[in-house]
Amino acid sequence: MTDSVLYSVLLLASLGVVAAVVLYIVSKKFYVYENPLIGEVDEVLPGANCAGCGSPGCKSFAEKLVNTEDISELFCPVGGNEVMKQVASILGKEVAEKAPTVAVVLCQGGCDVRPKTTEYQGPRSCAISSLVYGGETDCQYGCLGDGDCVAVCDFDAMYMDEETGLPVIDSDKCTSCGACVKACPRDIIEMRPKNKRDLKIFVGCLNEDKGGIAKKACDVACIGCSKCEDVCPKDAITMNNNLAYIDAELCTLCRKCVPVCPTHSIIETNFPPPKVKKVVEKKPIAKKPVAKKVLEKKVEEKKEVVKKEVEKVAVVKENVVATKVEPENPKTDA
Amino acid sequence: MLKTFPKGGIHPPENKITSGKEIKRMPVPKVVYVPIAQHIGIPSEIIVDRKDKVLKGQVIAKTSGFVSSNIHSPVAGTVTKLDMMIDSSGYKKQCIVIRTDQKDESNFEEKEYPLIREISLSQKDILQHVIDSGIVGLGGATFPSHVKLDLKNDNHVDCLLINGVECEPYLTADHRLMMEKADEIIVGIQILMHALHIKKAVIGIENNKKDAIKVLKEASKGDTGIQVAALQVKYPQGSEKQLIKAILKREVPKGGLPMDVGVIVHNVGTIFAIYQAVQYNEPLTERVVTVTGKKIENASNFWVKIGTPIKDLVEQVGGLPDGTRKIVNGGPMMGKAIKNTDVPVTKGTSGILVIDQNEASRGEPKNCIRCGECVFVCPMGLEPHLLMNLSEKGLYERASNEDIMTCIECGSCSYVCPSHRPLLDYIRFGKNIVKKLQTAKN
Amino acid sequence: MSAQSIIISASPHVHSDRTSKKLMYDVVIALIPAFLVSLYVFGIGAFIVTAAAVISCLLFEYLIQKFLLKSEVTIGDGSALITGLLLAFNLPSGIPIWMIVVGSLFAIGVGKLSFGGLGFNIFNPALIGRVFLLISFPIQMTTWPTAVENQTALADAVTGATPLGIIKEGLTFGGTMTDLASKIPSTLDMLLGVTGGSIGEMSAIALLIGGVYLLVRKVITWHIPVTMLVTMAVMTGIFWLVDSEHYANPLIHILSGGALLGAFFMATDLVTSPMTKKGMIIFAIGIGVITVVIRLFGAYPEGVSFAIIIMNAFVPLINTYFKPRRFGSKIKSKIV
Repeated sequence: MTDSVLYSVLLLASLGVVAAVVLYIVSKKFYVYENPLIGEVDEVLPGANCAGCGSPGCKSFAEKLVNTEDISELFCPVGGNEVMKQVASILGKEVAEKAPTVAVVLCQGGCDVRPKTTEYQGPRSCAISSLVYGGETDCQYGCLGDGDCVAVCDFDAMYMDEETGLPVIDSDKCTSCGACVKACPRDIIEMRPKNKRDLKIFVGCLNEDKGGIAKKACDVACIGCSKCEDVCPKDAITMNNNLAYIDAELCTLCRKCVPVCPTHSIIETNFPPPKVKKVVEKKPIAKKPVAKKVLEKKVEEKKEVVKKEVEKVAVVKENVVATKVEPENPKTDA
Repeated sequence: MLKTFPKGGIHPPENKITSGKEIKRMPVPKVVYVPIAQHIGIPSEIIVDRKDKVLKGQVIAKTSGFVSSNIHSPVAGTVTKLDMMIDSSGYKKQCIVIRTDQKDESNFEEKEYPLIREISLSQKDILQHVIDSGIVGLGGATFPSHVKLDLKNDNHVDCLLINGVECEPYLTADHRLMMEKADEIIVGIQILMHALHIKKAVIGIENNKKDAIKVLKEASKGDTGIQVAALQVKYPQGSEKQLIKAILKREVPKGGLPMDVGVIVHNVGTIFAIYQAVQYNEPLTERVVTVTGKKIENASNFWVKIGTPIKDLVEQVGGLPDGTRKIVNGGPMMGKAIKNTDVPVTKGTSGILVIDQNEASRGEPKNCIRCGECVFVCPMGLEPHLLMNLSEKGLYERASNEDIMTCIECGSCSYVCPSHRPLLDYIRFGKNIVKKLQTAKN
Repeated sequence: MSAQSIIISASPHVHSDRTSKKLMYDVVIALIPAFLVSLYVFGIGAFIVTAAAVISCLLFEYLIQKFLLKSEVTIGDGSALITGLLLAFNLPSGIPIWMIVVGSLFAIGVGKLSFGGLGFNIFNPALIGRVFLLISFPIQMTTWPTAVENQTALADAVTGATPLGIIKEGLTFGGTMTDLASKIPSTLDMLLGVTGGSIGEMSAIALLIGGVYLLVRKVITWHIPVTMLVTMAVMTGIFWLVDSEHYANPLIHILSGGALLGAFFMATDLVTSPMTKKGMIIFAIGIGVITVVIRLFGAYPEGVSFAIIIMNAFVPLINTYFKPRRFGSKIKSKIV
């Protein structure tokens, strides 16, 4: 009895020793030298492996950072300037500072303003349905609504609004990795500077049709009337193919263009309501609820306490004043 | 045993409702919408402007490269605008809109074209006529025909195949053309044989068109170089590669062209257009279109001017029946569903098919039960279930290794799938991405 | 959007009228003759076993999908029904009902749904259930009520052995085929189904009728059943020719046991068989060889279920290595 116990113990122990020796030899023999800096850099990178930097993952980006002489071209959109500064201090190289950006959806053609004229049958994927035709509505430039962008978002920063059928981006969660921009076959999602307090003004339309046709297909389409171009004091707005575009570099966020747009296709986000003052405290802005974009209806989500409001700047202007008041309760929405 | 291609294929219900209907001439439309991208390759270049008067048969958009084609005005009239119109691709494309001049007689005269048998032009002139007349493959692929005629001298092409298969259900345009223009087609073949220095030509016709086989056999009696081959009815026999395999037992190598095995394939419609171009110098401004559907009252075949809106055609057959849910430009297997009837007829429109609720809806996709049916029917020896999976998961490299690019998009796999899986949708998507990746690599 | 708006979809715009549901119900129809024979032979016992297996399979599928996986319930697609039927067909008629329920749970829960449901299972669920029961309860699973006596009264079940069991036992204890000749049923009995055995493997004729129905309806192709039976016949034939005293003749092997049931209904299961014709032939040869090896040299008298399960495991590999010949590829593949 004791013998068999002894044998088993000895056998297992010797097996363990043999295995340990083998492992040791193998690990020495096949040791691959890796620059310890790579590990250090990898440590400070966010570890999201989102490929927003252009490398397939954080580790390979770290290798690239270490091995590249001039890294001013390289940038981690998720970590932003802070992470890049840390990387710079580890590597002793110069990094360029970039203004933080955030993804915005350049289409506000929800179901109620952009009627569906046909019905699509097939796999619900924008990439596939865009091969077949221009979409269920008469606008062939706008959102297809099949949610390829939401599917690729690694950060849970997007969801499809069921009422409008459009994607909604949560600015706070958006890391501007750019996955959605690549996924969209229509190039509807654009990276725009986040600015202070996430203030943004942009044209929420990509319709290049002539005014009448565009308007017929979608109530909130840019009809190319050039009114915004005329009113802009900084020449930040350009007209191209019946479509206005606001250059974010030149735009000073003066908001003069917003009220002149006859179809309300210019979107302003996160601006305090013009008249009601002192409603929003200054600090909690970072905690702002989802919002970002125009939606036709206020989306009420979450617990009763925190009402996330989706600004609907464009369509029903008057409502903005009323709904704007809500974000004063800055609870974290995890 | 009739000839056919050995691997795969399906036999959907033929539904050739209109096979006995003579080709009628459509009344000249009031307005025509002529898209400038009617062929594979580079879109033509517009050479008319608003308010220009154009004559019937005048070039309104000229070829802008080797793989491109001239486009001629189908009517005499005035260019009212250059506009964007949805065409059968589902997207807005540049169109030339011409209002027909109701007073111009050339629009309404019924020209007679007595048969001319003598081929008087030289090889070079024939080629030039084909280029000038804007002839493209009328089987549906719309590949500019002159490209297939412009062979280098060291070619080893020894056989001309004429595609009269028309394997798509419902469509009868080619069938009727063969019935009514058999002699012209034979002369057209002789023109091509002359131009290409080929001694042998075979007309491939599926056995469900026995009358056409008979008529063409009769018409080709005098020429020993031309044979008529009756083929077993099987879809997709009208695909070039399958047709060559069926008739000549030659196999076009992967990624290759029929020329690589010494064959040139032309559709019967194209042959007739070439005949018209060479013997009468008539540009390609009209074609035969089958307008059909189970519920359509007077389904028939028509000579239609290019650019005629489909709604004019539908009117001719008694209007859209109640409960129409789908309008297809082309046949049910490879045609494209169109958004509305404003879409114009182009050189590639072989039929308009109107489908009602019952047939229009796709079944709900279910789990793949791995029955292997898609593998059995694939004429290219692919594994559609696997390709769909790879495309869906984004494994494009592997999909490319599994020969996704050789898929001819015949749709046999989607047709047979008992779980109603959208196989071809995903494969087409995968092909698209793989093509992009390949061009990016080069 | 009106209900009548135009539908846009990619080609093709028509579809054959075959659906997976129809395929499944065709299999069910094909099983009916064999079921009727077993009713005639075993009486009410066969009915009870079959009903218990079918009901518990459907019930477990429903419960697991509804409450455990919280996914769409797919009991209507006919696949659980087939699993139940095939499981029952592989059981002796006297088996206690609770065992059937356990077997069904294993078949549906482990054999099918744990892999992801219809289409994702690697092994034939019914066989998983059967083998599970065979290994767990070997005595009950090999207690065969004999045919004729049992027809009237289930309670007085007299147990007997299957032809294969008789041969196995006889040969193991040094007998020869000549000694055993009187004990095993005649070929005619085996054709008609008056022997001992599982519910579904009784009558060769009934199974053949079902198999031909499946072939005619194009639910299955000839490749698997024919190759499998031919392989078995050839292998057993060789042994029989070499030593006919110690090896049974091929006819006995093919007509007895689960050979026909396996060849037509279980090896051909769409989900768990290869997807190319080449692959099917390899697969079927494998089943035939393993079956014969188990029958002649293994511990069990019957080996079809084990053989099918073993070959099921090879299917992904077969699918990877035996691809259809690509159109236009130069190299001709070696296998037909």
